[in-house]
Amino acid sequence: MSLLEIRDLKTYYRADGGWVRATDGVSLSIDRGETVGLVGESGSGKTTLAKSIIRLFPDNAEIHGGSIDYDGTEITDLSDKELRRRIRWQEISMIPQNAMNGFDPVYTVGQQIVQVIRHHEEGVSKADARDRARDLFDELGIEPDRIDDYPHQFSGGMAQRAMIALALALGPSLVLADEPTTALDVVIQDRILETIKEKQAEIDSAMIMITHDMSVVSETCDRIAVVYGGRIVEIADARTIITNPRHPYTLGLRNAFPDISDDDQELISIPGTPPDLVDPGEGCRFAPRCPFAEEDCWEITPEPQEYEPGHFVECHRADEIDYLQSAAGEKSTWQDATTGDRDAVVDGGIVDTSGADATETEGGSADE
Amino acid sequence: MSTDTDTTPQGAVTGLEKRIEQLRDGLGVFKGDRLGQIGIALVLVFVFVGVFARPITIEFLNVTIPGLAPHDPNARAVGGRLEPPSLAHPLGTTQLGRDVLSQLIAGTRVTLLVGSLAAFMAVFIGTNVGLISAYYGGWVDDVLMRITDIVYAVPFLPFAIVLVAIVGSSIVNIIGAIVLILWRSTARVIRSQVLSHKQRPYVESAEAIGASDVRIMYKHILPNVLPLAFLYAAFAVGYAVIAEASLSFLGFGDPNMLSWGEMIFTVYTADAIRQAWWWVFPPGIAITLFVMSVFFIGRTLEKVINPELRHQE
Repeated sequence: MSLLEIRDLKTYYRADGGWVRATDGVSLSIDRGETVGLVGESGSGKTTLAKSIIRLFPDNAEIHGGSIDYDGTEITDLSDKELRRRIRWQEISMIPQNAMNGFDPVYTVGQQIVQVIRHHEEGVSKADARDRARDLFDELGIEPDRIDDYPHQFSGGMAQRAMIALALALGPSLVLADEPTTALDVVIQDRILETIKEKQAEIDSAMIMITHDMSVVSETCDRIAVVYGGRIVEIADARTIITNPRHPYTLGLRNAFPDISDDDQELISIPGTPPDLVDPGEGCRFAPRCPFAEEDCWEITPEPQEYEPGHFVECHRADEIDYLQSAAGEKSTWQDATTGDRDAVVDGGIVDTSGADATETEGGSADE
Repeated sequence: MSTDTDTTPQGAVTGLEKRIEQLRDGLGVFKGDRLGQIGIALVLVFVFVGVFARPITIEFLNVTIPGLAPHDPNARAVGGRLEPPSLAHPLGTTQLGRDVLSQLIAGTRVTLLVGSLAAFMAVFIGTNVGLISAYYGGWVDDVLMRITDIVYAVPFLPFAIVLVAIVGSSIVNIIGAIVLILWRSTARVIRSQVLSHKQRPYVESAEAIGASDVRIMYKHILPNVLPLAFLYAAFAVGYAVIAEASLSFLGFGDPNMLSWGEMIFTVYTADAIRQAWWWVFPPGIAITLFVMSVFFIGRTLEKVINPELRHQE
């Protein structure tokens, strides 16, 4: 049995124009000790999906349907208090995007770790909790004496390590890592990912890694789920997603990342902007930006199809894999895409760079 | 979290050292700020005078610390009527032959009491209202902020006069009247600060960790907005002292409690205001000096809140 089983989850935000369907019918299961990557551009709903699991979203968000089964407990039925007492941090913890701001500036980092341990585990003395915090620091490669420092005295990489220490302090079964390395430079990034992987293996916890960086997920994840317009459009093991994707969006996403071994590679961005999630209507949500969109794509919402064991794709044309893969490598395919726009969702011919934006830092409000 | 019960002696030492260092950092804003230093010095003098104004008897030690006031401020005819300053009575006497200097010293206590108590209570209420209002938002915010708006519309003196006229004029009622008006500005300012703080990532972290609303509000957000509350407390002290003096001068003060405002009221009713300058000036100057020094301190504290001010010198 899997650790976490999400079925047809719908998380909507209340907005002026109606409901923003940030997560619209997502199913995902995660096994113990497994790492699943959620990739997608800003505003695709990947953060909303992850935060729905511990109900950590703003007041205007609501779970509209679906179920989240965590180790036999239906999380959507838990009261806020039960969720706080039993699930949050003890079972499911989180590594936030910007660790520097994730700590309360008025307490030392050590005090915050001690607080967390003593808040959730009864009868732990302050001294014991402090010792555990020091041990954690040591294991994560930070000088143990620095637990008496304030968050602002830490460098970005160190703060991120400290945040990992905090996230793992209670030995959770599932860790939600929300772009844990986005704010860091590449060298530190690599070391942090290494640290996360080591510690994760040690306490045997599962992880959901949210990112828009393909290289990060390919390195750390067992499986990758590609999120677009509030849905998982393709999910498979990491290798398949990187080498043999079937969904045009995944192909486009892959194009937007540089391959260091290929000098002549030209980056190709996906034109257009993410879909309007207030009223997505019928049809494939990627159709307005998809160079391969056909009549059916505009009218019939694709259902997930299993192509190989564990490889699900939501695309009408996913069986034409050879053609898709070869055509997607051509820049002209993508540039011409918007001219074929049927309902003029995007003005014809305008090549938007929002696909490439995915490599930069996140700013989408629906994503927060 | 303020006390660090460290088991290792070495850790305890570094903890203590850190705390001292922090305190020094906190007081660092007063460094090189002449006005702030003057403010602190003056307030310390006033506090000293206020505490030791009258003899203090410690029962179980059987000790009496003599008061600073040379005479009983209420004793009549310790000198002649309306005597100008002399060696025996450095600030002269009142129309009933009371010693003005003793009255001034005794009045310090009441002024400090009213100022600090009213300011503390007003800021306490204001901070809580602002915190709860901003944190919960929605109808809670609406209700609390509309109440604040109503209080903003109430003019202080007429309100206090009516209140004191109804419930009687005692020191408690005067403090009550001041508090009922004074909390409003703190509430608004704290609310706006909390609105910004509750969006910050550390609050989300605390939520993810499983902290309850009360814990997030009082353990995480409050310490972050506390410097602002301190600043408003400093200004509130000054405002409360002026308010008390105004009420007393208008004759609504506590008749049993001698305050500076009460002194000026007595000069006025004795019709001696044009002639007995030695009786008018001391309380007037004392009020001015005290309020000024409190504002100097507030002005310096403002630099903690707004670091930009530090570079403007």
